[in-house]
Amino acid sequence: MIRETIGMVFILIGIMFDFLGVLGLVRLPDVYNRLQAATKCVTFGSAGILLGVFVIQGFNNFGFKVLLGIVFIFLTSPVAAHIIARAAHRSGVKLTKETVVDQYQEDRELKD
Amino acid sequence: MRTVRWLCGLILIGAFMFGNFFIYTGLIYFKLINVILFSSLFVLFRVIVGPTAADRIVAVDILGILIIGMLALLGLHYEQSFFMDVGLIWALLSFVASLALAKVLEGRSLDD
Repeated sequence: MIRETIGMVFILIGIMFDFLGVLGLVRLPDVYNRLQAATKCVTFGSAGILLGVFVIQGFNNFGFKVLLGIVFIFLTSPVAAHIIARAAHRSGVKLTKETVVDQYQEDRELKD
Repeated sequence: MRTVRWLCGLILIGAFMFGNFFIYTGLIYFKLINVILFSSLFVLFRVIVGPTAADRIVAVDILGILIIGMLALLGLHYEQSFFMDVGLIWALLSFVASLALAKVLEGRSLDD
């Protein structure tokens, strides 16, 4: 009983983060801002849901598969986000007008 | 114009939340799954409208993450563990697809 309550709390937090992250994906003005909002969807959203399911299920077949899913998402998703941001910057996507500093551009100009 | 867009969004989200949590008489897992499906509608909006190609890549990446959370909730309701197998495969393919699309966006060929 108490295990299901704790699991449902984790699942509700995860759903809330998913919804707010997707709202940021729609509302924010720039590719990099959208990526920064959408990555919150991963580390708290879906990983929170999977952690809640693991707490409810315990150490059985389903629970270990969910734990494997958490480890896999935590390993792969920051790599994908970093490489998408790098490719977008290198392919010449404009930053938004309110940007104050762009250190990657300065670094690339210094290297050339 | 900006105020009209704000009001349209707030009315859409409020109507969905009211209808989902107070009118729809289903189990709690299906209500949570409906929230994730509504979020993925926003993601599809970003896929269709998105001004640059990088926006579409970010949105497709996040869509895969949302689907993994939804599959975990479905497996929790039906007491079956093969849903999480589908989720693991989906995470793997989504990661590889993100890397390949970022490479194509950056302009280099796929084999260096």
